[in-house]
Amino acid sequence: MRLAVREALLAFRRAPMLSALSITTIAFSLFAFGLFGLVALNIRNALRTVEDRVEIRAFIADGTGSEATAAALGDIGAFPEAASVRLVSQAQALDRARLELGEFSDVFEEGILPASIELRLKPGFRDPATVRAVAKRIEVYDFVDDIRFGEEWVEKLHRLRNIATLAGVALGLTFATVAIIIIGSTIRMAVMARSREISIMRLVGATNGFIRAPFLIEGFLKGTLGGVLALVLAWVALGIINRFVVQAAFFDPWMGAVGVLAGACIGLAGSALSVGRHLQKV
Amino acid sequence: MIRFSHVHKSFARTGAALQDVSFQLNKGEFVFITGPSGAGKSTILKLCFFEEMPSKGEVKVYGTSSATYRPGDVPKLRRRLGVVFQDFRLLEDRNVESNIAFALEVTGTPPAQIGPRVARLLAQVGLAAKATSLPRELSGGEQQRVAIARALANDPVALIADEPTGNLDERATRGIYQLFRDINASGTAVLMATHDLDLVRRSGCRTIEVNRGQVVFDSAADGGFRASGASAAVEDDA
Ligand SMILES: Nc1ncnc2c1ncn2[C@@H]1O[C@H](COP(=O)(O)OP(=O)(O)OP(=O)(O)O)[C@@H](O)[C@H]1O
Ligand SMILES: [Mg+2]
Repeated sequence: MRLAVREALLAFRRAPMLSALSITTIAFSLFAFGLFGLVALNIRNALRTVEDRVEIRAFIADGTGSEATAAALGDIGAFPEAASVRLVSQAQALDRARLELGEFSDVFEEGILPASIELRLKPGFRDPATVRAVAKRIEVYDFVDDIRFGEEWVEKLHRLRNIATLAGVALGLTFATVAIIIIGSTIRMAVMARSREISIMRLVGATNGFIRAPFLIEGFLKGTLGGVLALVLAWVALGIINRFVVQAAFFDPWMGAVGVLAGACIGLAGSALSVGRHLQKV
Repeated sequence: MIRFSHVHKSFARTGAALQDVSFQLNKGEFVFITGPSGAGKSTILKLCFFEEMPSKGEVKVYGTSSATYRPGDVPKLRRRLGVVFQDFRLLEDRNVESNIAFALEVTGTPPAQIGPRVARLLAQVGLAAKATSLPRELSGGEQQRVAIARALANDPVALIADEPTGNLDERATRGIYQLFRDINASGTAVLMATHDLDLVRRSGCRTIEVNRGQVVFDSAADGGFRASGASAAVEDDA
């Protein structure tokens, strides 16, 4: 094992240009994937903040007793779809309207706005069908005058989300495939550059495991270094975007680690495959 | 020690390369394989170290049979053989010492033993002074000596050499050949393919002649025999 590590490190020393080239190639293909990932991440974040506003509002008929609304509030709050539920009294509705409308605030008089129950839904229950179903269940209370949930808006949002998810998956797969192909061929080149060494190892009776080990370590190191470099590049790119374009979020540490690990795995698998090809012969 | 029994070898693209080849290399023997270009000499040698496998028949090397071997046997078998080629096959980016040590390292020799062993091998092939030279700084003959030292690294019972002097001039050829004789004198069998008929004749060693994939002459076989049908072709090519 020590020898394998030494041989792997020697390979970097013996062919610094080729090693640097393959690490850079790996870094840039992962970087492209990472940039795409950042865009997808931020679109998802944006959609989620918008979706958080999906809300069902049930207007309560004038003169409804407070016990009745309190009971309904408890019932509705216990719905599996419910994230939060609250009662907006007539006074609060008025305050809010005044706040929102600013200079026209004096057009409202006390009692003109009805009280309402506001229900926010948990993520995963914000599609039009579920929202409609929940609204129906609230409508059955006979003190509910009217119910609103911005049907059209919910539907548009849902469609947007579907498109974003689909495009994200398709593009993500494409980018990932391209990255894997590029990294794979880079690693293969590095292995081929040492086919002479492999053939001599075989000739003098090295076992396949022994021949493979340094290449696997080398591939793993290259993948890891490429991954770290890609992460740094993405971070710098995001810094520039943040400064000059829009505020955008970066991967959380966990996602970053997964990215680097993915690089390492691709490097490892690429090495294993291309060395395996050399070892297949008798 | 090495035994070919009715070995046939054909390649997908070029067809039959060997037909019904049978011979045996005994312990400590020195045997030449001669024959015209394309006769199948290299193929025979490749079969010896299981670089190629027979299409039919059996190759048996030091207890490992081509008919029953498992993949894990091949590295073990190759450690019992040393292989030398016309083109040396050294690692250009490592010095002489490292080239030889490489063969010991990849076969799992304890690190403490590698240094002294390499020094002994270098002395044996007469290159003690060139330990830190790179292959390209050596003459062809010297490079071949490094390759021979590497082949000897794991104490093989036999050396397999495919035209080891093919790239060398007269003087270097004699030196390398003498080295093989010395190695053989200390008990290692040698199986050498060569075009150098002068060398073969003067040596008086056992000679196996192949032509068109068949053994047409084996000087060990009862005072030497020449298959009648093929002899004319041999004379033509010579
Ligand atoms: N890997 C291979 N694939 C296909 N055909 C091959 C292969 N190796 C050898 N042959 C064929 O087998 C025959 C014998 O080749 P071989 O290399 O054994 O000859 P040789 O006696 O060593 O010749 P030379 O003296 O020129 O080295 C040739 O006809 C060659 O074309
Ligand atoms: Mg040949």
